[in-house]
Amino acid sequence: MYRTRITDHLILILGSLMMIGPVAVLFLTSTHDAVEVHRHGLMASWGGHFLETYNKVLFEPGGFTGQATGMRMLMNSMILGIGFAVGKIVLSMLAAYAIVYFRFRMGTFFFWVIFTTLLLPLEVRIVPSYEVVQKLGMINTYQGMIVPLLASATGTFYFRQFFKSVPDELLEAARIDGAGPWKFFIDILVPISKTMIAAIFIIMFVYGWNQYLWPMMMTSEEVYFTLVRGIKQIMLVWVGSQIPDYNEAFALAVLAMLPPVIVVVVFQSWFIKGLTESDK
Amino acid sequence: MATITLDKVRKVYAGTMEAVKGVSIDIADGEFIVLVGPSGCGKSTLLRMIAGLEEITTGEVKIGERVVNKIDPADRDIAMVFQNYALYPHMTVYNNLAYGLKNRGMPKAEIDKRVKEAARILEIDDYLDRKPRALSGGQRQRVAMGRAIVREPATFLFDEPLSNLDAKLRVQMRVEIKRLQRELGTTSVYVTHDQLEAMTLADRLVVLNKGNIEQIGAPIEVYDRPASTFVASFIGSPAMNLLDVTSDDAGLKLVTGTGLAGAASGLDRGRYTLGVRPEHLEIADGAASGEGLSLEVTVNVLEPVGAESFVYASFADGGPQIVVRVSSHARHQPGEKLYLKAMPQNVHFFDADTGKRID
Ligand SMILES: Nc1ncnc2c1ncn2[C@@H]1O[C@H](COP(=O)(O)OP(=O)(O)O)[C@@H](O)[C@H]1O
Ligand SMILES: [Mg+2]
Repeated sequence: MYRTRITDHLILILGSLMMIGPVAVLFLTSTHDAVEVHRHGLMASWGGHFLETYNKVLFEPGGFTGQATGMRMLMNSMILGIGFAVGKIVLSMLAAYAIVYFRFRMGTFFFWVIFTTLLLPLEVRIVPSYEVVQKLGMINTYQGMIVPLLASATGTFYFRQFFKSVPDELLEAARIDGAGPWKFFIDILVPISKTMIAAIFIIMFVYGWNQYLWPMMMTSEEVYFTLVRGIKQIMLVWVGSQIPDYNEAFALAVLAMLPPVIVVVVFQSWFIKGLTESDK
Repeated sequence: MATITLDKVRKVYAGTMEAVKGVSIDIADGEFIVLVGPSGCGKSTLLRMIAGLEEITTGEVKIGERVVNKIDPADRDIAMVFQNYALYPHMTVYNNLAYGLKNRGMPKAEIDKRVKEAARILEIDDYLDRKPRALSGGQRQRVAMGRAIVREPATFLFDEPLSNLDAKLRVQMRVEIKRLQRELGTTSVYVTHDQLEAMTLADRLVVLNKGNIEQIGAPIEVYDRPASTFVASFIGSPAMNLLDVTSDDAGLKLVTGTGLAGAASGLDRGRYTLGVRPEHLEIADGAASGEGLSLEVTVNVLEPVGAESFVYASFADGGPQIVVRVSSHARHQPGEKLYLKAMPQNVHFFDADTGKRID
């Protein structure tokens, strides 16, 4: 048997430090005030302005209209992240269900059509997409930010592979037990996919959370600002002769990092299960 | 309870692959029918057409008086046990049994009564709250049986339900399935490739080969009077010895030249396949005399299996090797000469070209 040696630990510790280091510095810097940050750059010491800065970032209105508090942005990011994840999962599960279980004409063909959309990232089709949303009157709405990005080739692909690995006999047993297509989906397929759902949820949540370009194009009103956009906004005051509120930007960055981290920590055991084993 | 009637049932896959070629069987109420044949002969396909899981290309399946060709599996009043059990992995044993009943809209109290009763019969009461994952193979098998029983169907369909069990459990469950079927009196169709399982379970065997029925009959009938060389070599273990022979005025001889003394007369001249089972060959004291078949062979190997031993031997002029069952105390040496004989009623003849039995 392999015995763990001290060098193994050293390597792991080093790796962890490299990952955690920048985050720690980010957090520590955010506890200093803006002037100090401007003067000394990044800091590795506790600054003592933690409560003050975070309180301000979270609750004090910013922007022109005063509607862009940190809490508001946090909520918007949350809506975006969860809306993305849930919407994509529902849509791609249904698509994969159709492709795998209903032998309709050209099913495989449609799968590959969906799959090739992977080659067309959002940035490529952003102008036509914008036009569609605009014509539908969904500029400055949550639907406008979420719906156009819901179709997910990745999700469909993962669910398709998963469904294909479910033994046919399970469907047949359910048919004999009197379950129609809908009942089979809800009663059997969704529950046995739950580890897969968790895995996709994490990926898609983080993806939605980190969206920058699309929400920025879709919304101009500050009520819809997300955290990721907020950070940028704070840095923008540079154009006035003020010192940018580095500390606040850093605090926002820390806040922006938290929810994805929490999601990953909470779901990680499921995540690994979903991608590696199956419960059939 | 119901009869099942198959009338010229055919299945063609993907337009070209004919998996079942016009099969007709009448199954009596309460009968235990076993479909047996080598892998790929169309047993599962046939069973799945009865279940309604596979469309019937042509022909008719009747359960009771009703033609079911176009009827959903759930409405055919059948229950099926699969080789891999196909239990719902996320449901407890209780819910696995109850699911089909719930879908029928049966009242909760009635469901509970049936599930508990089935669990009691199959001795799975203690696992009702467990998920299938936490059960052994044998226990899963019982749950799969339970799911069939609670439905109280007119017909049980089994597709190699014991193949995933180890040898000992297989024998135990085999006995149990037989007992259950007797008790419940439910018409059953059971698919297997294991001839021993088939022999022990069946009221009647249906031997399938490449989508055709080779023979239908009670196990002992099929064993005693195999309808073709295929059945002869498939039923019985070790398989029946099959020898290519020619018959002319001088009597019978192997195609390789060795004469066979005393074998059945009354055959026209021509080529035949002669069959004799290892257990029907006896070691004689000396060269042939009297009626029946006599052979002279040289021992190649002695293979003891415990309760008995098998001698593998060949003829002087080479030719096919034949198997003889001997007592476990026999001590035959390789190279030893043996005289074998078989009673006339145990010697079978088949047409050399079609393989069909000749009486
Ligand atoms: N869905 C299918 N599509 C095409 N061919 C099939 C299909 N299912 C079975 N077959 C073919 O039909 C034949 C009979 O199969 P099956 O009934 O499963 O055999 P058995 O159960 O006797 O082993 C096999 O040659 C198999 O390859
Ligand atoms: Mg089969």
